[in-house]
Amino acid sequence: MTHQASSLFDAKIVVPALGDAFQKLDPRLMVKNPVMFVTLVGAVLTTAGIFTAATDRGFIAQLAVWLWFTVLFANFAEAVAEGRGKAQADSLRKARKDTMARRLRGKVEERVAAPDLQKGDLVVCETGDVIPADGEVIEGIASVDEAAITGESAPVVRESGGDRSAVTGGTKVISDRIVVRVTSEKGNAFLDRMISMVEGAQRQKTPNEIALTILLSALTLVFLLVCVTLKPFGTYSATVFSVPVLVALLVCLIPTTIGGLLSAIGISGIDRLIRRNVLATSGRAVEAAGDIDVLLLDKTGTITLGNRMASDFIPAPGVTAARLADAAQLASLADETPEGRSIAVLAKEKFGLRGRDVAEPHAKFVPFTAQTRMSGVDFPLADGKEARSIRKGAAASVKNHVLQLGGTYPEAVARSVDEVSRQGGTPLVVADGRDVLGVIHLKDVVKGGIKERFAQLRKMGIRTVMITGDNPLTAAAIAAEAGVDDFMAQATPEMKLQRIREEQAAGHLVAMTGDGTNDAPALAQADVGVAMNTGTQAAREAGNMVDLDSNPTKLIEIVEIGKQLLMTRGSLTTFSIANDIAKYFAIIPAMLMVTFPSIAPLNIMGLKSPDSAILSAIIFNALIIIALIPLALRGVAYRPIGALALLQRNVLIYGLGGILLPFGGIKLIDVIITTLHLV
Amino acid sequence: MNSSGWLQLAVFIGALALVTKPIGLYLVQVLDAKGRTWLDPVLQPLERLTYRIMGVDAAKEHDWRRYTLAMLLFSLASCVSTYAILRLQHLLPLNPQGLGPLSPDLAFNTAVSFTTNTNWQSYSGESTMSYLSQMVALTLHNFVSASVGIGIAAALVRAVSRHSAKTIGNFWVDLVRTTYFLLLPLCLVFAVVLVSQGMIQNFKPYTKARLVEPIKVSVEKKNDKGEIVLGADSGPVMEEQIVVEQLIVQGPMASQVAIKMLGTNGGGYANANAAHPYENPTPLSNFLQMLSIFAIGSGLTYYLGRMTKNQAHGWSVWGAMMTLFLAGVLVCWWAEARGNPVHQSLGIAALDGNMEGKEVRFGIFKSALFATITTDASCGAVNAMHDSFTAIGGVVPLFNMELGEVVIGGVGAGLYGMLVFVVLAVFIAGLMVGRTPEYLGKKIHAYDVKMAMLSLLVLTLSILGFTAWAAVSPWGLAGLNNTGPHGLSEILYAYSSATANNGSAFAGLTANTPWYNTTLGLAMLTGRFLMIVPIMALAGSLVQKKISPPSAGTFPVSGGTFIILLIGTVLLIGALNFLPVLALGPIVEHFLTAQGHLF
Repeated sequence: MTHQASSLFDAKIVVPALGDAFQKLDPRLMVKNPVMFVTLVGAVLTTAGIFTAATDRGFIAQLAVWLWFTVLFANFAEAVAEGRGKAQADSLRKARKDTMARRLRGKVEERVAAPDLQKGDLVVCETGDVIPADGEVIEGIASVDEAAITGESAPVVRESGGDRSAVTGGTKVISDRIVVRVTSEKGNAFLDRMISMVEGAQRQKTPNEIALTILLSALTLVFLLVCVTLKPFGTYSATVFSVPVLVALLVCLIPTTIGGLLSAIGISGIDRLIRRNVLATSGRAVEAAGDIDVLLLDKTGTITLGNRMASDFIPAPGVTAARLADAAQLASLADETPEGRSIAVLAKEKFGLRGRDVAEPHAKFVPFTAQTRMSGVDFPLADGKEARSIRKGAAASVKNHVLQLGGTYPEAVARSVDEVSRQGGTPLVVADGRDVLGVIHLKDVVKGGIKERFAQLRKMGIRTVMITGDNPLTAAAIAAEAGVDDFMAQATPEMKLQRIREEQAAGHLVAMTGDGTNDAPALAQADVGVAMNTGTQAAREAGNMVDLDSNPTKLIEIVEIGKQLLMTRGSLTTFSIANDIAKYFAIIPAMLMVTFPSIAPLNIMGLKSPDSAILSAIIFNALIIIALIPLALRGVAYRPIGALALLQRNVLIYGLGGILLPFGGIKLIDVIITTLHLV
Repeated sequence: MNSSGWLQLAVFIGALALVTKPIGLYLVQVLDAKGRTWLDPVLQPLERLTYRIMGVDAAKEHDWRRYTLAMLLFSLASCVSTYAILRLQHLLPLNPQGLGPLSPDLAFNTAVSFTTNTNWQSYSGESTMSYLSQMVALTLHNFVSASVGIGIAAALVRAVSRHSAKTIGNFWVDLVRTTYFLLLPLCLVFAVVLVSQGMIQNFKPYTKARLVEPIKVSVEKKNDKGEIVLGADSGPVMEEQIVVEQLIVQGPMASQVAIKMLGTNGGGYANANAAHPYENPTPLSNFLQMLSIFAIGSGLTYYLGRMTKNQAHGWSVWGAMMTLFLAGVLVCWWAEARGNPVHQSLGIAALDGNMEGKEVRFGIFKSALFATITTDASCGAVNAMHDSFTAIGGVVPLFNMELGEVVIGGVGAGLYGMLVFVVLAVFIAGLMVGRTPEYLGKKIHAYDVKMAMLSLLVLTLSILGFTAWAAVSPWGLAGLNNTGPHGLSEILYAYSSATANNGSAFAGLTANTPWYNTTLGLAMLTGRFLMIVPIMALAGSLVQKKISPPSAGTFPVSGGTFIILLIGTVLLIGALNFLPVLALGPIVEHFLTAQGHLF
C-alpha cells in the first residue's frame, strides 16, 4: 500500500474545499483562531465602511474584498489540508475492509466488514477464518494460530470459560468452530481517531500549537494596541486615520500568514504520516516525534537481517579448510534453518562443493534438540564406506561429545571459538566422529546502508540504542559494526522499560518500536511508541502509533515528519513577523503623506500613491497565504545537517527572505494595480 | 565622527569587557547564600545581625510565589513609608529650611519613582526635599531598589540553571547580600575615586560667589507672602533683576553619585546632573561614570553564563547587548555630528555638529555615548539635554527605552528583560531546527510563552496607552511647551522613561501636575512590577522543568547565529510596535527639520 500524492491540488480535493472555505466563516469556528478572527472582524468593519464613508468608496470596497480574501484563503488552506487527510484515511479504510466477519444476528449469519463490528457483536469463526476483532470465546473450543502476533508457530487452544478464552483480532482458527463476543471498541479505533484528527470539529490543538497560538494572539493584541492608539496620535497630529486604513494596517501587521496556515500545517503533518502507512493516536505524538533524541531499536530485523549467516571456516590444526567445509556441508544438508542453508551455500561458494543428494541412502539426519544442542548426520557402514558421524553445534556440547568418544579437543579450536565470539559471531564447532575439524563462523549480517542511517541520526542529534538478547561480547561487536551509539545486551522486557525510564529521567525523549505483548509496558512508557501492525493488540494499544507496514526502520521517517512539522511552523512564523518591516514601509508613509508631505523619502519602495500603497500591502498579505499553501502542506524540507546549519539555512530563507521578499512583492503589485487603474 | 571618538569608543568597550568577568565572578559569590567573599570577616557579622533582626532564616529558600510576594511587600512598605515621610516632612526632624509637605500626587510620584529604580524627578530637590526626605528617598531606595532588581535577575537565572526544583532563592538574603557585599563596598571605592577627580564630598553650606560679570534676568514678581503677582492680563508680572552672586552647591556628592551610577538610579545630586562640573569634573570621571552604569549589568551576563555552565551563552547575550549598544551609539553620534541643518543654513552651527544643549567640556561624542548608555541601562543620569538632540539623535534614547531597557539595562532589570527575549527567540527560532523549542535544555511550553508575552504586552500597553491618552486629553496637552511632532516626542519620552524605569526626561514637558504625576507614577509601577510578576511566574515554571541534555539537534544558544536571532527578536517583537508613533514624532520631525522647520 503506497499513497502517493497525485498532486498538491487535486480537483477532487480543491473543489469541495472552496465551499468549505465559506462554511468555515462561521464565527464560532473562526474564534478558535484569534489571528484570523481579528481579520474577519476587520473585514466586516471595512465592509461597513463602504457604506458609511463619504469618499473613496471604490478604494474601501477593494480593501474589503481583499480582507475577505485573506480570511477565505486561510480557510481554504485548512480545507485543502483536511480534504487531503480525509482522502488518505478513506483509502486506508477501504484497503482494510478486506477482512470480512461472519456476524450472528440471532441465529442468522451475515457477512460484514471487520471494521464495522461493534463491541458486543457475536461472530462465528471456523477453520481457516481470521478472527476479525479482539474478543472472548463464548462457545466452543478451537486451536488458533497466533503466529502473526506472537511469532510462536505452535497453535494454541482457545476455549470458552477459564483463562484461555481471549482471542486477538488477526489470528487464524486452524480447527473447529468458536463463537466470539467482540470486546474491543468499534472496528478500527486507530483509524477513527486518525480521521477525527484531520477533521476540523474534533481536532485538538497540540501543546506546541497552543504555545504558538498564544504567541500569535499576543502579537495580535500588541498590534491592535498599536493601531488603536494611532487614532489619538493622529488626532494630536491633526491627521485623520480612517477605520478601513487602520484595519488595513492592523491586518498587515498581525501574523496572518502563519495564523492562516497554522492548522493546515498540523493537519498535513498527520496526513504525511498516513501516507507512510503510520497511524498515530494523537497529534501530540507526532510533535513528540520531532523531539526524540534516543531511539531504542531491536537488533533483529532492524539493524541486522533476521538471521545469522556463515561467513568463514576456521579449520583445526592439521585439517584442511576444504575438509571442514565438506563435513560442515554434509551436516547441514538437512538443516532447513537459514543458518544451516547459509553453511551449505558458503561451502559451495568457497570450495566449489556442490550440494549432494540429501536423500543419500542410509544417511540419518540428527536434528537439533535443546538437550544435545547439536545437529548432524550419521552414515552407516555401507558400500565400502566407513561409518561416519558428523556433528555441529555449540562449542561446549561438541567438546563433551568428542571427549565422550575418547577424542581430544584441541587448544587451537578453543582459541578460534573465543576469537569468533569476540568478533560478535556465533561459533559452531564441527566434529567428524572423535576428530574436531574446526569452527564455523556464523555472523549477524548488518543491513546495508544502516550505518549511514545511524550517522544521519547522530547528526540530527539522535542517539541509537541497540536492544538484543545476545551476550555483551556479541552485542558490542555488532553495535560497532552497525555504528549504533549504545547497546543493551541480554535485554529483557523489564530492562527495556527500566532503560526508557532512566533515559527519560535524564531528560531524553525516547522512541521505540515493539510488537510483543511483553513490549507493551515499554511502548506505553516511551514518548513515541510505534507498534507493529503484526503485533499483539496489547502492544498496539500501548503505543501511540501503529506502523501498518511493520517496518521498524520507519521510526526514522516518523522522527523526520515530526521535525518537519515543527520546522514549518517556526519558519512561517519567522517569515510572517519579518514581513512586517516592509509593510510598515509601505503603509506608514502612505498614512502620513497627506499631512506631512515631507515624509516622502520614507516611501523607499516608491509606491505610486497612498491608496495604491495600502492596497498593495493588503493584496500581498492575502496572496502570500495562497502562495505558501503548498509549503504548508508539503512541509519545510528537513535535512540532517545538524541544528546550527539547519537554523542558519532557515533563518536565511525565511528570516532574511521574509524581510526582503515583500519589498519586491508589494512594489510589483503596486505597479500592476496602478497600470490597471484600480486606484 | 572623528578618530578620537572611535578611540574612546574602543577603549570603553574594551574596559567594559575587562570588568565583566571579575564582577560576574564576584556576583556568583554574592548571590549565593553560602558564597564566600574576602569581605566576609567584616560584613558577615553585620549580615547575620540583620537576618536576626528581620527574623530571616537565611538557609531557607522560597518558591517563586513567596519570593515575589516578599519583594512586593517590601516594595510596598518602603514606598508607603517614603510617601508618608514626604507628606509629613514639615513635622519631621532634619528640615532646617522649614520646607512644607509634598502634594499627594507629587509624593506618590516620587515615592513610586524611587521604589521602582526610576528616579524620575518631577521636583527640584533643593527647594522641595528636607534632608530626611533626601536621605530616605534617595539614599535608601538607591541601594535597595538596585538590590531588588539584581535579586530578581538572580532568581530568574537560578530558575534557568536548576532543574526539577521548586525554590529560586530567598528574597531577603538576596536583598541583604547584594546591598552589603556588592553595592556598599563598590560605592565606597568608587566614591573615593570620584573624589580624587575633584568631585565634592563635604557637609559645608552652599558657597556664595561673586559673579565676574553680573547678569540681568527677568523674573516673576512676587509679593511679601511669596505668591506670584498677577497683572491685568492675569499673567504674572515680570520684573528685572541684576544677579551679582551665585550659590554653588556643596554636600556629600561623591557618595551619592557612586550609587546613582552603579545602581542605575540616575537621580542627580545637582539639577544639571552629570553635566554639572562638580558632579562630573573630568574626562576620567565621565568615563568612569559611564563604565559604572554598565558594570554590574554587564557582570550579570557573566553570572548567567557561570550559573548555567554555559559561558558562551553568557557572552552571547552580552554580545547581542553590545551590538545593539554599538548601533545606538553610532546612530546617535552620527546624527549629532551631522548637526542641525537649520543652524547650518543660518551659519550659526558649531563646526563639529549639533552643540545645542551639550556641555562644551564633553562635546558631541561623549554626549552621544553618555545618552546611549544612560538609556540602554535604565540609569537616566544625563550629561547633555536629550531634548536638544537632533530628531534622529533623540530617537536613539527613546528607542533604547522602548526596547524595554534590555541593552545591559538597569541592574538586574536588563538581564531579566533580555532573558524574556531569549525565551521568545528560542521559541520562534527553536522551532526552525525541528524540535520543541528548548532554552538550555528546558522545553518552552504555552505557559512560558504566555508569561513572556505578558511581560512585553504590559510595556507596550503602558507606553502607548498613556502617551495616547496624554496626546488627546486636556491634562496631557496642558503640560506641553512644544507643539507639533516634538511635543509628541516629549510625551512619548516621558512615558517611555517612566515605564522603562529610566528616569531621564526630554525637558519641555511640565510634568509636575497632578495628572502627570499620577499617570507617570502608574506607568512606573506598571513597568516595574507588572513586568516582574509574569517574569517570576516564568521563573517558577522554568525551575520545575527537566533539562534535556544537549545534542547535535539542540538549538544553540551561543554564537553568531544566536546573537543575530536575539537581536532580531528584540527589534521585531520588542520595538516594531513603536514605529508608527515614532514616525509621527521624531521621524516626521526629522524630515520637517530638513525642510527648515524647527520645534
